[in-house]
Amino acid sequence: MNHTTIGQAQVDRPTARLSLAYVWVAYAAFGLAALAGMLQGMVRGGLVELPSWTNYYQILTAHGVLMALIFTTYFIIGFLLSGVAKTTGGSLHGTARGLGWTGWVLMTVGTAMAVVTIVTNDASVLYTFYAPLKASPYFYIGAALLVVGSWFGGFAIFSSYRKWRRENRGKLSPLFVYMSVTTFVLWLIATVPVAVEVLFQLIPWSLGWTPSINVMLSRTLFWFFGHPLVYFWLMPAYIAWYVCVPRVIGGHVFSDSLARLAFISLLLFSMPVGFHHQLMEPGISAGWKMIHVILTLIVVVPSLMTAFSMFATFETTGRKKGGVGLFGWFKKLPWSDVRFFAPFVGMLFFIPAGAGGIINASNQMNAVVHNTIFVTGHFHITVGAAVALTFFGVSYWLIPVLTGRTLTRTANRMGMVQTVFWSVGMFLMSFAMHYLGLQGTPRRTDYTTYMDHPLALGWMDYQRVMAFGGGLLFVAAVLLILILGYLTFYAPKGKTEYPIAETEAEQHTPRILERWPVWVGVLLFLIVMAYGIPIADQLTHNPPGSPPIRTW
Amino acid sequence: MHLHRYEKIWLSLGAGGLALFIVLLCVNAFAMGMAPPSNMEMIDPAKVTETPPFDNPGLKKLSDNEYDAYMTAFAFGFAPNKMEVPVGSKVNFHVTSPDVVHGFQIPGTNVNFMVMPGHINSASYTFDKPGEYLILCNEYCGAGHQVMATTIIVK
Ligand code: HEM
Ligand SMILES: [Cu+2]
Ligand SMILES: [Cu+2]
Repeated sequence: MNHTTIGQAQVDRPTARLSLAYVWVAYAAFGLAALAGMLQGMVRGGLVELPSWTNYYQILTAHGVLMALIFTTYFIIGFLLSGVAKTTGGSLHGTARGLGWTGWVLMTVGTAMAVVTIVTNDASVLYTFYAPLKASPYFYIGAALLVVGSWFGGFAIFSSYRKWRRENRGKLSPLFVYMSVTTFVLWLIATVPVAVEVLFQLIPWSLGWTPSINVMLSRTLFWFFGHPLVYFWLMPAYIAWYVCVPRVIGGHVFSDSLARLAFISLLLFSMPVGFHHQLMEPGISAGWKMIHVILTLIVVVPSLMTAFSMFATFETTGRKKGGVGLFGWFKKLPWSDVRFFAPFVGMLFFIPAGAGGIINASNQMNAVVHNTIFVTGHFHITVGAAVALTFFGVSYWLIPVLTGRTLTRTANRMGMVQTVFWSVGMFLMSFAMHYLGLQGTPRRTDYTTYMDHPLALGWMDYQRVMAFGGGLLFVAAVLLILILGYLTFYAPKGKTEYPIAETEAEQHTPRILERWPVWVGVLLFLIVMAYGIPIADQLTHNPPGSPPIRTW
Repeated sequence: MHLHRYEKIWLSLGAGGLALFIVLLCVNAFAMGMAPPSNMEMIDPAKVTETPPFDNPGLKKLSDNEYDAYMTAFAFGFAPNKMEVPVGSKVNFHVTSPDVVHGFQIPGTNVNFMVMPGHINSASYTFDKPGEYLILCNEYCGAGHQVMATTIIVK
C-alpha cells in the first residue's frame, strides 16, 4: 500500500501549467481583496477616510466578489485538477486539459467583466447582488461566465474520472478523485438555480427587456445556491484534511468509507436548506423555514465524523512515533511544518465556527444575529480562517510540486510566521465582530455613529480592534504572496512530494457509495421536497414585481 | 462498514444532542409562539404611499399599552421619523418598502427582520425600559445606507 513517490512524476508539465494558472489567478484576486478588506476595517474603525473617487460599498463589493467567488473558485479548481491528475497516474488526458483551459478562459473573461464594472462603480451591489438593486448588465454576464466556466473545471474532473473507471473496472476510485467528483456534483447542481436567476431574471431585467423582477424568487434562487456555495469552499479543505494532511504527518487515512460517507452527507444536506439565510424574511411561512432549519442542522453529523477522523489520525500517527500516555502523541506531531501547522490551526478555528453556525441556523437565535456583523465574524472564521489557512497550507507544497521546486527551510519558517499573523489577525477581527454583532452592530455598513447615538458610539472601540486585526491580516496576505512568488519563480529546483495518504490496511468500502444515480436521485428528491411547494408558491402567488433601482 | 466503538459513542451523543436541540427549536417556535417574522401579507411596491395604512405611517393606539406602528423603510430613512410610547407598551411593527430591500433592527431587543418591496413584515416588542431606542437598517440599500436610522422614544 505504501508506495514511494520518489523518481516518479507527481503531476506532468501540461497539467501543472493548467493548475498553476488557476492558482495564480486565485492569489491575484486574493491580494486585491485583502487590501480592500484592510481598508474596510480601517474605515469602520474610524481610522481612515476613503478618497472621494471610491466609496465603502464599492470596495466591499470588490472584497466580497474577489474573496468569496474568485479566490475560492479558482483555487479549488486548480487544486482539485492537480490532485485528480496525481491520483490517476500523474496527468490529465488531453480532453480533460482542454476542458480545464476552456473553463479558465471563460472564467477569466467573466471575472474581468465583473471587475471592470465594479471599478467603474456600476456594480456596487455587493457579492450577493440582491434585486432590485441593479448593476450593469455586464456584471451579471460576467457572473454567468464565471459560473459556466467553473462547470468546465467540473467536466474536466468528471472526464478524468470516467477514463479512470474505464481503465480500472471494478476497482474503487482513489479517495481524492471520489471527493473531487462529489464536490463538483454538488457545484454543478447548486449553480443551476443561480444561473437561472442570472440568466432568466437579472440579465433581461437589467437590459430593460423585462420591466420588473420577482424579488422573493430571486432571493430564494440565490440562497438555494448560497448555502451549497459554502460547502463548495469547505469540501476541498476537507479533502486536504482527509487525504493530504495525514500524509504530511506520516500517517494514514483513518477510514476510507467514513470519509466517503461524510462527503455524500454533505452533498445531500447542502441544498434543501437555503431558507436558513431567509429566516427573517416575509413571504416564507414559519413551517417551511423550520423544515430547512432541521435539514441544515443534520450537517452536525458529518462534521462530527470529520472531527473524529482527524483526531484519530493524529493520535494514531503520534503514538506510532513514540508518543505515550493520554496526550503524549500530541507532542509528536510536526508542529514546525507549515504544511501541517496551517491546516491544523484552520481546524481549531472550525470548532467555534461550528457553534456559531448552529446559532445562525436556529430560527429564533437568528433574530439576535441576523445581518449583524456577528455573521461576518462567523464566515471569517469558517472560510477566512479554516478554509483559507488550509488553502495556504496546501499552496506551500502544491506550488513547489507544480513548478518542480522545493519548500526550503526558510520559506517554511516564513510560512509559519505568515500563519501566525493570519491566525492572530483573524482571531482579533472575528472576535470583535462576534462581540459587536451581539450588541447589534450591523454588517455591510460604512463608518457611522447614527447621529452620535450612545449605543453606536459605544461600538467604536471594538471596531478599532477589528481594524487592528485587519491590519495584521493584510501583513499576512502580503507575506503569503511574497512566499508564493518565491516558490513559483525562485526556490531551488527539486522534487517535492504531492502528499496523498492511503489507508493502512485494505478496507472494505460499501460499493453503494459510488453509485451516483442513487445519490443524485436522493438529492433531487430532497430538493423537490424542500423547494417544490415554496417556489411554486412564489411563482404564482407574488406581489407586483420591482423595477430596476440604482441607489448608489 | 466498520465503525470504531468510540466513534459510535461520539456520533450517538452528537446525534442525540442534535435531536433534542431540534425538538426544543420546534417547541419554542410553534408551542411558545416564537417563530421568526414570517408575515405573508403583500402590497404593490409602486403604490405604498397610496395604500392605507402606509399612506399615513405612524402609531395607531390599540389600547392603553398596545400600539400598531405602520412604517415604511426607504432609501435612506424610515417614516415616521419620530415615535413616542409610554414605558410598558407593546408595539407591533408593520413595515414595508417602496424601493429596494432594507432591514429593520432595534439593537438590544430581538426585533430584527427584513423589509422587502411587495411584502409587509412584522414583529412585536414590549418596551419595559425607558430610553431612546435606535432603529436601524441592517441590509445594504445604497450609498446612504449608513445614515438610515430613526429612534423610538420610550418614557
Ligand atoms: C486580509 C484579510 C481580510 C480582511 C482584513 C477582511 C475584512 C473584512 C471586513 C472588515 C468585512 C466587512 C465589512 C462589513 O460588513 O461592513 C469583510 C467582509 C467580507 N469578507 Fe473579508 N476580510 C479578509 C479576508 C477574507 C477572506 C479570506 C474571505 C473569504 C475567502 C473573506 C470574505 C468576506 C466576505 C464574503 C465578506 C462580506 C461582504 C459583504 O457583506 O457583502 N474575507 N471582510
Ligand atoms: Cu447557509
Ligand atoms: Cu440600508
